[in-house]
Amino acid sequence: MNFFQAELPELILMIGAIVLMMVAAIAGRRSTPAVSWLSVLLLIVATVLLFGPPSHAGPVFGGLVSADAFAAFGKAIIFPAAAVAIIAAHGWFERGTEHAAEYPVLILFSAVGMGVMVSATNLMTLYIGLELLSLASYVLASYRRMDDRSAEAGLKYFVLGALASGILLYGISLLYGFTGTMTYPGLAAAFARNGAHSLGLLFGLVFLLSGIAFKVSAVPFHMWTPDVYEGAPTPVTLFFSTAPKAAALLLGVRVCVEGLGPATEAWRQIIIFAALASIFLGAVAAWGQTNIKRLLAYSSINNVGFALIGLAAGGATGASSVLFYIAVYVVMTLGAFLCVLWMRDENGEPVETLASLSGLSESRPAFAAALAIFMFSLAGIPPMFGFWPKLVVFNAAIHAGLVPLAVAGILGTVIGAYYYLKVIKIMYLDEPAAPYARSREPVQGLLIFATALLVSPVGYLLIRPLSNLADRAAGSLF
Amino acid sequence: MIGLPVLTLMIAIPLLAGLICLFVNASAARWTALIATFLDLALGVYLWAGFVPGGPQWQFVEHIALAGNFSWALGIDGIALTLTMLTVFLMPICIGASWRSIVKRVPEYMAAFMLMEALMVGVFAAQDLFLFYVFFEGGLIPMYLIIGVWGGVERVKASYKFFLYTLLGSVLMLIAMIYMVATSGTTSIPALMQYNFPAEVQQWLWLAFLASFAVKLPMWPVHTWLPDAHVQAPTAGSVILAGVLLKMGGYGFVRFSLPMFPDASAQFMPLMFVLSGIAVVYTSLVALVQRDMKKLIAYSSVAHMAFVTFGLFAFNRQGIEGALIVMLSHGLVSGALFLVVGVIYDRLHTREIAVYGGLANNMPGYALLFMLFTMASVGLPGTSGFVGEFLSLIGTYQMSTWGAIAATTGIILGAAYMLWLYWRICFGAARTPEAATMADLSAREWWLLAPIAVGVMWMGIYPESFLRPMRADVGRIVERVQHSRPIGDSRPAGAAAQTIQVAGAAR
Repeated sequence: MNFFQAELPELILMIGAIVLMMVAAIAGRRSTPAVSWLSVLLLIVATVLLFGPPSHAGPVFGGLVSADAFAAFGKAIIFPAAAVAIIAAHGWFERGTEHAAEYPVLILFSAVGMGVMVSATNLMTLYIGLELLSLASYVLASYRRMDDRSAEAGLKYFVLGALASGILLYGISLLYGFTGTMTYPGLAAAFARNGAHSLGLLFGLVFLLSGIAFKVSAVPFHMWTPDVYEGAPTPVTLFFSTAPKAAALLLGVRVCVEGLGPATEAWRQIIIFAALASIFLGAVAAWGQTNIKRLLAYSSINNVGFALIGLAAGGATGASSVLFYIAVYVVMTLGAFLCVLWMRDENGEPVETLASLSGLSESRPAFAAALAIFMFSLAGIPPMFGFWPKLVVFNAAIHAGLVPLAVAGILGTVIGAYYYLKVIKIMYLDEPAAPYARSREPVQGLLIFATALLVSPVGYLLIRPLSNLADRAAGSLF
Repeated sequence: MIGLPVLTLMIAIPLLAGLICLFVNASAARWTALIATFLDLALGVYLWAGFVPGGPQWQFVEHIALAGNFSWALGIDGIALTLTMLTVFLMPICIGASWRSIVKRVPEYMAAFMLMEALMVGVFAAQDLFLFYVFFEGGLIPMYLIIGVWGGVERVKASYKFFLYTLLGSVLMLIAMIYMVATSGTTSIPALMQYNFPAEVQQWLWLAFLASFAVKLPMWPVHTWLPDAHVQAPTAGSVILAGVLLKMGGYGFVRFSLPMFPDASAQFMPLMFVLSGIAVVYTSLVALVQRDMKKLIAYSSVAHMAFVTFGLFAFNRQGIEGALIVMLSHGLVSGALFLVVGVIYDRLHTREIAVYGGLANNMPGYALLFMLFTMASVGLPGTSGFVGEFLSLIGTYQMSTWGAIAATTGIILGAAYMLWLYWRICFGAARTPEAATMADLSAREWWLLAPIAVGVMWMGIYPESFLRPMRADVGRIVERVQHSRPIGDSRPAGAAAQTIQVAGAAR
């Protein structure tokens, strides 16, 4: 019964998803609201269940997955973010010809996949979780299939994602071939025996990390991100930039720490390169963007770079700083994309240009203030709460003696601040453009308010509980 | 002391008022802001009255642990006390100065000023390294909006320049702070002021802090954001910028650089003197040729701030006390000068010097106050400017004759550009008919300028009121830097030891 209790959240989501898929198939479009709200309910139940055995049951299924504090921390970010993605779609797909009831079901499937990703302790379960997420994601990206941009995004994501999966599998097969095991502890033991001198192991490590870097959209595997984010329907973009990103980062942390721990010196330089390249490319490439979704795509690349700085620092402090960073990043990004969802012209058609934000602070002061809070927070300017996770990862880097890395990274924040500031400038300093239509989604409004409050200076009250949780989660890896 | 958390209140009241401002109409927002600033002023007076000079170093201490090392730790010493007083004194004047001249989006404007006040008080009161950083950096957001939304024609460029320049300086300081905490294991500023960092580490930390404070102060050659920001900001924004924000740089040197890294401070003393010397001469010359009144005063600010760095890095009591008085005096005088410019700007909507002239005829009251502040800026005895600059020069001379020569040149040039400005605006014949018919100061404008005039005279005639609370703290800093004090070029090496004895005896 142990595994049943420990994996209860995923089991509930999986069974629920299958049942709801049937409902959606039989009842058709009419069932969309019911299926959506039931999916949200399932995700909430799954999140609540995390407080039980799933956070401390240890290895289950013969060591294929581990239900520990780390996995529970990841799922506690992923499930609510997925729920928000379902709520965000409310009122979005009804306008088109799409069959909207399948959207929440796909999100549920990907949530199961992400749950497996963060708790996997075996390369095979890692791959299964990743593919479950990816297949659902490809469909989600092309969800508005009559829309050229959406179809293009889906195709691009699929082709490149399949390539990345291939790279990942090749890395896994090399590691398996040279060590004879797929479990993380087994890999760690093999690396400890041979060091990182075995060329085969090194190759496997590099391919494995490349595959993961694709999923977190770290430079140089980021090319798909802006196109997919721009082309996918906005609720899907909201989903892509939060939950899967968090899941892939956490998976990366677990693989690096548990599986490749003894080879830290080998992967650290890769991570450092990816971190700095992501920070600088994410910051510089965002300068010229005129579409807010593309801008936020580069912002997510930039932010992944900062999270990777924490990973490069290594050790429990480093892992804990990554967890802290991701938790706050997800809240900020959810809020920012919810604001993007609200950008509708007077006919209710979505607009995505930065120019349409012009003078928003006069026509919609509260909306503008919320978006400004998210922008300053993403830029990491105190007193917004987004400053603290940056401080935490730089603190981890300096504790690990990586002072030059910290200096380079923090200079990247200044470059990045420029384009966040551009959004603020357009909203506050420019003359008003045509006002947006008022949204009729009170739940989304409430979510914007709640996320804005969390990343405002009020968030500082959460530092202690959040860092305790992150420390405990990171501690379960060592 | 009774357990009233005065400093927390001084931060909370403006924050609350700012929040209220956002939800009311323009007139109510003005009154809310004014009442809040007066409440803060009252609390400031309470602080001043309750502060015991020569008592414990840190008074009105509050401490609530938040997480790990990070804590809500507040407390002031004499230096922070005087700067806090300056802040709460200038704020009601700023609100008054914006009463009529700001008509666009008043509630947001007042809210931004309220947030600004809370953050400025926080900077001077913070006793936790990261808390200090949060307050220090947080000021960027409201100031960016104040310049950007309510500023002049080129406000966008100016606000960007202000934001990115200052941010670039500060992030390096953040890295240094994290490093300090990692090494020493504490975030407490008082504890760090006693901590001895290894000399080779001090250099890097000192340079990282310099990057931040040099931009903020500002020092030559990173001063170029200042003229733009000053010229484009609304009058009250310039007052706060010149009056308080620039002081954060000087405060940073005296709170962090000198006591935490005395060896590095001594090592880099020549650098500071060279930069200050260039700043004082160069920016004074630049100020001479300005056609825009605000720009002229902005450049004069850079020159005056050089007296602060001269005085602080002279490593002696006179120098440091002088630097602190220059900071206070400049806060009042430059604030007042920007208000004086604002008065005529509100009437003719131009800052071009050439448009005015002969104002002494139709605006005698204005000419009188303008004269007083001009003299204070020049450093005439009897005004606050004299006390600070004189003490700072005495200190500088003991360390470096060349530095003192450069600084004195600056005083002469300062007299030149200020008196010439005054002559062109107030004397002679009016150059335009509009200038000749402008009305004299209104009652509101008298109420704005007269308190500053009183402050300037008070500080000039009886500076002891302001020096007394700082004396013990300056003594502690001098003592802390004593062992690494450079010998200087003003006297033979043998005589240096004698000076130390004399200084010791005086204490």
